[in-house]
Amino acid sequence: MGDTIKLSRRNFIIGTGATGLTIGILASCSPGESADTPTPPMADAEPVPEVNAWVHIKPDDTVTIRIARSEMGQGTLTGLAQLVAEELECDWEKVTTEYPTPGENLARDRVWRDFSTGGSRGIRGSHDYVREGGAAARLMLIQAAATRWGVPVSECSVAKGVITHGPSGDTLTYGAVADDASKITPPTDITLKDPSEWTIIGQPKQRLDTVDKTTGAQKYGSDIMLDGMLNAAIKQPPKRGATLASFDESAIADMPGVRKVVEIDGQFPGVAVVADYWWQAKTALDALPIEWTPGEGSDFSSSAFEAELDEGLEAEEAFVGNKIGDVDAAFDSAAQIVEARYNAPLQNHACMEPMNATAIWTEDKCEVWCPTQNGEAALAAAAEAAEIPIAQCDVHKLLLGGGFGRRGMNDYVTQVVKIAKQMPGTPVKLLWTREEDMEHGFYHPITKARCQGALDADGNLTGLKIRISGQSILSGLMPQALNDGMDAFAFQGLLPSGVDARAEDQTLKYTFPAVLFDHAMRNPPVRPGFWRGVNANQNAIYLECFMDELAHAAGRDPLEFRLAHTQDSPQLAAVLQAVADKSGWGAEDGLSRGLCAFYSFGSYTAACAEVTVSEEGELKIHRIVAATDPGYAVNPQQIDAQVAGSFVYGLSAALYEEVTFEDGEVQQKNFNTYPSMRIAAMPEVETIVMPSGGFWGGVGEPTIAVAAPAVLNAIYAATGKRIRQLPLKDQSLRDA
Amino acid sequence: MTTFKLNGRDVTIDAEDDTPLLWVIRDEANLTGTKYGCGIGQCGACTIHINGEARRSCITPLAAAEGAEITTIEGLDPAGEHPVQKAWQNLQVPQCGYCQSGQIMTAAAALKQNPDMSDDDIDAIMTGNLCRCMTYNRIRAAVREAANTMREG
Repeated sequence: MGDTIKLSRRNFIIGTGATGLTIGILASCSPGESADTPTPPMADAEPVPEVNAWVHIKPDDTVTIRIARSEMGQGTLTGLAQLVAEELECDWEKVTTEYPTPGENLARDRVWRDFSTGGSRGIRGSHDYVREGGAAARLMLIQAAATRWGVPVSECSVAKGVITHGPSGDTLTYGAVADDASKITPPTDITLKDPSEWTIIGQPKQRLDTVDKTTGAQKYGSDIMLDGMLNAAIKQPPKRGATLASFDESAIADMPGVRKVVEIDGQFPGVAVVADYWWQAKTALDALPIEWTPGEGSDFSSSAFEAELDEGLEAEEAFVGNKIGDVDAAFDSAAQIVEARYNAPLQNHACMEPMNATAIWTEDKCEVWCPTQNGEAALAAAAEAAEIPIAQCDVHKLLLGGGFGRRGMNDYVTQVVKIAKQMPGTPVKLLWTREEDMEHGFYHPITKARCQGALDADGNLTGLKIRISGQSILSGLMPQALNDGMDAFAFQGLLPSGVDARAEDQTLKYTFPAVLFDHAMRNPPVRPGFWRGVNANQNAIYLECFMDELAHAAGRDPLEFRLAHTQDSPQLAAVLQAVADKSGWGAEDGLSRGLCAFYSFGSYTAACAEVTVSEEGELKIHRIVAATDPGYAVNPQQIDAQVAGSFVYGLSAALYEEVTFEDGEVQQKNFNTYPSMRIAAMPEVETIVMPSGGFWGGVGEPTIAVAAPAVLNAIYAATGKRIRQLPLKDQSLRDA
Repeated sequence: MTTFKLNGRDVTIDAEDDTPLLWVIRDEANLTGTKYGCGIGQCGACTIHINGEARRSCITPLAAAEGAEITTIEGLDPAGEHPVQKAWQNLQVPQCGYCQSGQIMTAAAALKQNPDMSDDDIDAIMTGNLCRCMTYNRIRAAVREAANTMREG
């Protein structure tokens, strides 16, 4: 306790990169050690024998499983490790994980395949080849032991990383033969275990990354410390479409710690101040006079865009996403026609960890450290910004303090490389303020919908039309993915089956006699993004709130009304029935209930919300029962966490979250004006994980979509008033 | 020059008096477990203990630390086995984990003062700590579990 450490400004190493700058992660101060002392680089650790790309085993039997996908809280690090470990037959207690770099992947002919982590694809998109990687390693390890013993492989077996020769009873551990195994030609004939044989997959294993997240030891992107590193703060054009006119560097030249002011050009422009410490950079940037030139979109306002969305609802022309039967005939012969209009606002991901990245640039090399959902795209962005061949660049991924789709974009990587390029040899960490994070998101798209239903005299739904008007994500982010101008993804959860195999995981599971779902694309000058759940969020509201309206108009029970359309999807019927049963659908207990069922990302989900609304219009969500059928459940306790968390991420959005623009500028700049769910409002969430087997569905996103509709439908059951405008915080739940 | 105790050790910092303590702790003391989330005291990710009280370090100036005893997540327990940390581990609370240092520091300070918190008390205390992964139900359960441990201890 008597140790005194004196912390002072570090001595910065500038411009030594070309001669081989040592890069290390600085240790936290310990007694007698100053902050200036770098620890050895992590990469200098003792090399671990590689059995194959997926599996490294040390002589002490520690197994390192290499994971290509990014961990952002969804548990994929643990889930993917379970898949490999299952086939590897190793001791789960000795498993650790690490990320290969995108550069290694490129150099090794993409041996780890896709690094992209989005669309709830981490496990469902790679379960086969990662299990094959584990199985191949197991076969090689057993072969190595058999060779050493001079016995046939058929006489050997393995359990928990110990290989046993049956006849003699001799044993060898994986660690003892890993080096030999690494020299064996990988097998090509691999048979994976039958799911009935699984002992690690399907188990509620503890996450591998929990302890460090409770002690402060976990390093996120924004925690990286490199020897000689400087810190950058950025200001991007506040108005949409604006560009930099000028800034007056002399005004801040004498401010503490300031090293350089740099302009960032290109697609993600701005001005950055680079200083010794981040607070100095931020303080100086706040004081820097900057002039912007308005551009296209600089006068954009959300209120004015309403009219454009409304026009889209009536427009003659629209892209047809799903057309079944003769919908006009259904409406012509209807006994009753029901119509309702809904909206879904722009929303921000608002990850807890603001955007950040760290880079060092020299003439022949560029390295980046960052939290990204897409390591390979980050590498491509880095190489492009660095203007250096991609083989001479690399990206080191760190854990993400939230992703939700935001970190599938790598704008912050481009920016940091452009900054570092102006300071050759000096590592620079760029950290956005929360305000920049709020003002420069890739927002959940803004849409409205006009829903129309035709009911016959017996209250049967004979025709359903949903016109979506509004923003297309693909048009904004990847126009090359449009199909003759149409954004098929805008119809997520509403698409026809059997048309496009790539979209089969986002299809309509209800059976209707006649439908017309179309989209009048109306794009504001605001960049859209893939926001957890993506278009399923609003499409589930449009479909499932309107189904509720139709049921009530037909005088039918909303559960029965929905089940009447599930004849071709027993899984959808099962999740719906499960939540109804669990919540006591129809009970007379003072609670009002609302239902929702939806299929997206290859999984079937349903929810039943239990609410009360006071006479004053105050909503209390008592409990939500949520069911999911993802086919196979790799880690049930993680699925439970994902369902509860994703569900409420969606609920938070419906209750509180909206981004609006005035004069091209975002109005919500921090958590005080962009509220989201707090613990006191958090309902009890009861999850039902009901894997029916035979398919691999997503987990991180599908359940989001059912939150808002279930609650909106429950509010109607409580009050008789339909809420069709979001977020709910701006709505009066009871008529005045 | 500002001198204070940081996780039990004397430190002297030479920085502007109005520098938020958060940035002194992160960038100068290199203790990165304390997180930046909003910079305006709205999210709680930067929560530390100042003389045993939970405080938002992003809006606490360095000058306010003079002579104080400051504890960060790294100093809460030498082995990382504070009852709150153990409960967080047992119940697998963290998802992305970024906010959890702050959640744990808020809970630890509150439980030290009153290990008999009701569920409403827990909600009232913890409501200043935002979690965008929405781990709130496990947070509630973990605070209850930690309270049990601390009462028995």
